[in-house]
Order: sequence, then structure tokens, then C-alpha cells
Amino acid sequence: MSQEWIYTIVFLAWLAGAAAFVIGLHQMNSPATARDGNRLSAGGMTLAVATTLLYLITREGGLNLTAWAIIVVGFAIGGGLGLYLARTVKMTAMPQLVSLFNAVGGGAAALVAIDDYLKVVGTAEENVTTAIFVVLGVVIGCVTFSGSLIASGKLQGLVSGKPIIVPGGRILTSLFALVALGGFVVLVLAAGGALTFDTTARTVVLFAIIAAGLLFGITMVLPIGGADMPVVISLLNSFTGTAAAMAGFVISNPVLIISGALVGASGGILTKLMADAMNRSIMNIIAGGFGGGEGVVGAVAGPGGTVREISPDDAAIQLAYASSVIIVPGYGLAVAQAQHALRELAEQLESRGVDVKYAIHPVAGRMPGHMNVLLAEANVPYPQLKEMEEINPEFERCDVALVVGANDVTNPAARRPGTPISGMPILDVDKAKSIIVIKRSMGRGYAGIDNELYTNPKTGMLFADAKEGLAALLAAVKQV
Amino acid sequence: MSPELLSSLAIFVLAILVGFEVISKVPATLHTPLMSGANSIHGIVLVGAMLIAASADSPLSYTLAFVAMVFGAANVVGGYVVTDRMLQMFRKKPAAAKAGSEGRPGASGNA
Repeated sequence: MSQEWIYTIVFLAWLAGAAAFVIGLHQMNSPATARDGNRLSAGGMTLAVATTLLYLITREGGLNLTAWAIIVVGFAIGGGLGLYLARTVKMTAMPQLVSLFNAVGGGAAALVAIDDYLKVVGTAEENVTTAIFVVLGVVIGCVTFSGSLIASGKLQGLVSGKPIIVPGGRILTSLFALVALGGFVVLVLAAGGALTFDTTARTVVLFAIIAAGLLFGITMVLPIGGADMPVVISLLNSFTGTAAAMAGFVISNPVLIISGALVGASGGILTKLMADAMNRSIMNIIAGGFGGGEGVVGAVAGPGGTVREISPDDAAIQLAYASSVIIVPGYGLAVAQAQHALRELAEQLESRGVDVKYAIHPVAGRMPGHMNVLLAEANVPYPQLKEMEEINPEFERCDVALVVGANDVTNPAARRPGTPISGMPILDVDKAKSIIVIKRSMGRGYAGIDNELYTNPKTGMLFADAKEGLAALLAAVKQV
Repeated sequence: MSPELLSSLAIFVLAILVGFEVISKVPATLHTPLMSGANSIHGIVLVGAMLIAASADSPLSYTLAFVAMVFGAANVVGGYVVTDRMLQMFRKKPAAAKAGSEGRPGASGNA
């Protein structure tokens, strides 16, 4: 077969791969087809990678030994590492792993752009458009690489989850952005011949841009609190898509352009959906410094009421003799990895004829939808999981609402204007006939304000770690 | 701009529009798997890494291509596998109610 024929076949295979990504992503809109969608997408990826290899082998000159070694060994190491991490990660730690994968994706896009620039710099192929796409790819790729690593570190606890605010941090961030922008202008002008910079000087400028991009990613994410990380990861995911598209322009590859643009746009929409679910704007989140205890002084009509503490035995009696119980799981449950203990308690209650449901706030857990994944892992029957709109009218009729490690999403203060969480959709837990809250302390949630639910006369506070508290409750319920 | 670049730009813009439309009505439940799924797709940059590996001609170029290969492969393989793991949990829902109640004595015994 002639070269042209082979390239045509490879190009069509790339196109088929890109189509599989679009259809696969679309199928992931619904739980029934989501898994097939992901597999279709993986099939498209396999096809695209396999035909690329075919193209490289059959191309004039073929692949030399070193290139073979790089491709095979690089794939084996990266793929093996990815497979191992993806297989062994605990579902509670999954958000930071996604962020880590996002980081390396962004890094790869930046490296492809850097490599291309180093090859064309000083040659006839270096022109204005190449310079534009190279710099965009490098900057966006570097920002996502370092930013995603910080986000992952925050969720893993390697970097403090609290907003880290360095004096002058905002100025530094702006400075890095300026350096990158200045470098962009210089390289584009130099490529256009409007500026005389020799090859070495241009390479130095490129490395300055790389450094500025990496530092910008760090200083951008550090001041953002852990609770906002899901939105940040989603935003960076969208950036990585854009970086991949830029790398596609650099090496004139259609499948990179299509897939990158697809992820860039859909990731952007997803980020907006996530931010909406928390009633935050993306700009507000990036501005950072939200919550973490300091700064935001709750302009709340002080919950001067007293807190009523409840013992596991009393709580167990309430639960065991209730006819309906709604469980409200939150971040604390995910942190304590208490989802299995929770499911056991729920089953124990059901065996006594109690009607048990779970109220899932859209942002419960560490990411939207994360709580569903965690409870599914613990074999909680799917029909018992109720979304916020569905469960809210049912709180009035329920005997006991059991809140495990959820805070801000249950705070009635959100219904009033003038608080940091005003307007955030909440679960109407306060409407239940009685409320039991398992919580380690009276500590505040991410919004940094007191939860008025805790001082409600109907509320009993069971102070314990989610896992220990649930174990104590289970033991007590068995005794009843 | 060259005709090739212009058609690439057209592809880029159309793909962005597709991206906006393709996920508009997603239940919050699926936000995390969807993000993870989109995350795997930008692993396509692996194809870019292969292409630069093939045309590498200096130690620096080989090094960049190698690191890009490792990164891209980790993104692709890990991304799809972890997404599948998440979605597997959604999938077994109808059966899970049964499996959950059958496995109850054992499950509560060892936890």
C-alpha cells in the first residue's frame, strides 16, 4: 500500500476514535448507559493509539530502535503505574487520583509542545501560528500540571486543605501571569521577524514561560480551600483538554484537536454545573480564601441556644422505634470511611421494620456524586438513595433524621440572606420530627459559620468520629 | 494562514460546540464519573507523545518524548480503569439490593 493510502486509513481511524469519544461521553449522561459509554470511549482510544503505531511503523524510514524503546517502555511504565493505582485506590481517595491523572495529562501536553518548539526554533518551520499554539500549549499544560498536583496533595492531606494565603500571594500570581504573557508576546514577535532574538534567547524565554506556568498553577490553587477542590479539579481537567488541543495544533494532528476541544468544552460545562450545585461562581472559587474558619465572620443571628448531647443508647432507642429514618451522609462519613458501618446500621434498622432512606446532597462527599459511589461500594441498595429534590418533602414525615458528618448542607441559615451560604440549596433536615447528629465536635464546616441545626431543640448531638459513633449506635440498637 | 490551519480551526470550533452540547442534562450523581471519563479522553495526548518519539533526534528530545509517553499512558490507562471502577458500582444496582441482603450476615461479621 502506498503511503497516502495508509495515512488515509489512519486518519479515518482517528476520526472513528474521536466519534467514539463524543458518543461515549454522551452515553455517560445516564447511569444505565454510562459504563458502555466509557468502554466505547476506551475502544476509540485503543483504536487511535494502535493505528498511530501502525502509521509510524509503515511510514518511510519507520521507527528506529530508540523510538521503539521509548514508546514500548514508556507505555509499559506509565500504563502499568496507572493501572496499578486505578485498581488499588480506595474509593474515598479516588478524587485525588483523578487529579493526579489530570496532572500527568497536562504535563504530557506541555512536553509535546515544548519538544516541537525546540525542533522548529530557528528553522523555516517556525512561524507566528506555531509560536502561538506552542506557548498556549506550554502555559496551559504547565498550569494544569502543577495546579492538579497541588489539588491532589490537598485532598490527600499532603498539602494543607485550608486555604493557604501568603502575604503578597495575589501579586506573585499576577507576576507569573505577566511573565508568561510577556514571553508569549516575545516569542510570537520573534517568530514573525518583528523582533530579533537569537535561537538561544528564544529557548531561554520558553523556559521562563515554563517556570512561570508551573509557579502560576501552584499559587493559583494554594489559596483555595479543600471543599472547593472538586470544582478546581474539574476546571483544570477542562484546561488539560485545551492544552491537548493546542498540542494538536502544534503537531497538526486532528484527533488531538477534536478530543482536546471536546474535553475543554464539556469540562467547562461540568465545572459550571458543579459550581452551581454549591451555589458558587467559578470566579468566586478561584478568588479563593473561602471558609477555613478565619476571615468570614458569620453574620448569623447568633445561635445562642444550647446544645443537647445524646448518648448512643438513647439515640439507638429513638432509631429502633422510629417508623421512618432518613440518613444524611456527608464529608465526615467519607473521611472516616464509615460507609460500611452506616450500611450495617441501616440494615439492622430495616430488619426491625424501620423504613430507611438516604438523602444525598448534590455535593455530598468530596465531589458531586462521590457519596453515591461510596455508598454503592458499601452495597447500599440504589433505590434507597434519594436526591435532594426528591427527599426534601419527606423530611416532615420522617421520625428521625440521622446526620453523619454533614454540616453546611444541613444549615437552615442558608434560607436567610446575609450568610456566607445564603441561597445554597440545603437538605430540609430541620423539618424532621427529631434529629440525631453524629459529629466529632462543634467545629464549623467549610463555610466557617455555626450550624443552627445543632442548637435546634429537636436535635441531639452524638459527639464521635463517624465510624466509632456508628459502631456504638449499631451495638446499642442490637441491644434494644 | 494556511488552508490546513484554517480547516484545523474549523474542526476546533465545531468540536468545542459539540463539547458544550454533549453533556447538558447530567444527574449530579454522575458528575464525578463523567469528569473522570473526560479526564481519560484528554489522554489522547499519548498519540502526540508517540509522534514526537518517532521523530526524536537528540538526547533531550528522546527524554521529553519518554516522559510524555509515561505521563500520557498513565493518564489513558489509569483514567479509563478508574472510571470503569466507579461506573461498575452504579451498574450492579438492580442486583446489588439482592446481593446486599444475601451477604448481610458475613458482611456484618467481619467489618
